[in-house]
Amino acid sequence: MSPRSHAASRILLPALTGAVVIALWYGIHFYLTPEMRFLLPTPAAILDAFREHRAVLASATWNTAQGALLGFGLALVVSSVLALLLSLSPLVRTSLYPYLMALQMTPLPVLAPICVIWVGAGLNSVALLTFVIAFFPLVVNTTQGLISTDRNLVELFALYRASRWQQLLRLRVPAALPYFFTGLRIAATIAPIGAVVADMNAGSSAGGGGGLGFQAVIYAAQAKYPALFATALTTCALGFVLNAAVLTLAWLTLRHWHDAYERRDR
Amino acid sequence: MAAAPLVEFRGVTKRFGDGPVVLDRITFSAQPGDFVSLIGPSGCGKSTALRLLAGLSPVTEGELTVAGRTPDAAAAELAYVFQEPTLLPWLTVAHNVDLPQRLRGVPAAARAATTRRVLELVRLGDKAAAYPRQLSGGQKMRVSIARALALEPRLLLLDEPFGALDEMTREHLNEELLAIRGAAAWTAFFVTHSVAEAVFLSNRILILASQPGRIHHEVAVPLPYPRTDDTRLSREYLDLVAGVSRLLRSVPAVPAAARS
Ligand SMILES: Nc1ncnc2c1ncn2[C@@H]1O[C@H](COP(=O)(O)OP(=O)(O)OP(=O)(O)O)[C@@H](O)[C@H]1O
Ligand SMILES: [Mg+2]
Repeated sequence: MSPRSHAASRILLPALTGAVVIALWYGIHFYLTPEMRFLLPTPAAILDAFREHRAVLASATWNTAQGALLGFGLALVVSSVLALLLSLSPLVRTSLYPYLMALQMTPLPVLAPICVIWVGAGLNSVALLTFVIAFFPLVVNTTQGLISTDRNLVELFALYRASRWQQLLRLRVPAALPYFFTGLRIAATIAPIGAVVADMNAGSSAGGGGGLGFQAVIYAAQAKYPALFATALTTCALGFVLNAAVLTLAWLTLRHWHDAYERRDR
Repeated sequence: MAAAPLVEFRGVTKRFGDGPVVLDRITFSAQPGDFVSLIGPSGCGKSTALRLLAGLSPVTEGELTVAGRTPDAAAAELAYVFQEPTLLPWLTVAHNVDLPQRLRGVPAAARAATTRRVLELVRLGDKAAAYPRQLSGGQKMRVSIARALALEPRLLLLDEPFGALDEMTREHLNEELLAIRGAAAWTAFFVTHSVAEAVFLSNRILILASQPGRIHHEVAVPLPYPRTDDTRLSREYLDLVAGVSRLLRSVPAVPAAARS
């Protein structure tokens, strides 16, 4: 396949899939008896709902995005520091891992009320809960990366009597980057989901602070189903944007040397 | 021969932990300018000997000196070429060559000049900005050699540097290595499994026996330097290759300990 036709197919193929999905969608909608059609509103009805509720949806998106980004950013910083600590010795890892896992094992709806007691409902809680779930994949992957440095390269640094600091900055950290980005991708996928679930469980609509999770609960209660679908699509879009940002960052950082980005001319 | 030896093994014994003796009372000294090849069965302790020299692993018994000091104190005198190219994949060729100099605190301006010079030496001047994955196996090995040469070592340790390469590339790099050496006469310890390579490169060959690792035989190679492609066709060269091969075959296959 020539590069041009390859690029074209990258747009054409998903577009084609999209067209098929929409056709099926309408097919199912009209297959249902009229009184059951509320189960699957048409794309056109959902578009209308977007238009009608755009102010509410925009503010809810902004609130959720804030919570997701705050939690994600916090997870990024804390996990990096903790991964450095954990990479120091197996002793540190065995002492700390069980507790990190315990945190990860506790379901978010159970943690939510605890968070609310501590930091109050709303943005604080959403960010904190997002942090909790985004944090684990980051710390695990980054730690794994920091301790998986190629033995031969470690030997090379020992040979030239590199200081611990030089070894960390010039060897362990760059070698851990692919692992770090694996964690970051998972975190970027679950952070928006976490933020929405957190918002359902610990959100607050006080002062226009409600997020997408909150809005979904409201639309469901009001039986505004097209608006509910519009909310679902919005959460989806939020996840896509964060993912795309992380993928771009990974590509910019790793494209020159990592095998996953190798493009060989044949 | 009054010159002080650059490397001196005096009854050097090595064992890892409570394991078996890996090197058994090695006594040997190398003069400045010697090119010493180590050849012997797999597992006889060739790499271990180099690691002792580099101070990467301590001597168990006996005494080992490099330039009159302990290997650890003499670390700045030597460079090491591993069996694998061992390049940092995220650095360009030039930055890889730059790295050990940087770790040793060589100022930036001096580093840049040295890097350019050694890359020219291994004929990779045009690849300075490339990443390791864009190079062939032989080219990567040349970068690894350039990186070692950039430190201007008095002692160069090479552990089967061309083991993974095809015969043609290997012969070519052998000639290149000797040509480079003409410019700066470092002393070399070179591990190989190829008798032809050992004879072509060295003035002394140590044939090691296994379990425990010990010197089975030392062979002097009186062929004059510079050696070229023609050297490989000479009578003396071919006789030496045959002789060393015969000696290598006479190394007991069954470990000494197992026989007794
Ligand atoms: N770090 C270590 N710990 C324990 N034993 C080791 C260690 N390194 C090497 N050995 C043992 O020492 C012996 C010699 O190993 P060495 O790597 O020096 O052999 P070699 O002559 O280089 O072999 P090859 O030609 O296969 O590279 C082997 O039996 C090996 O198992
Ligand atoms: Mg070896």
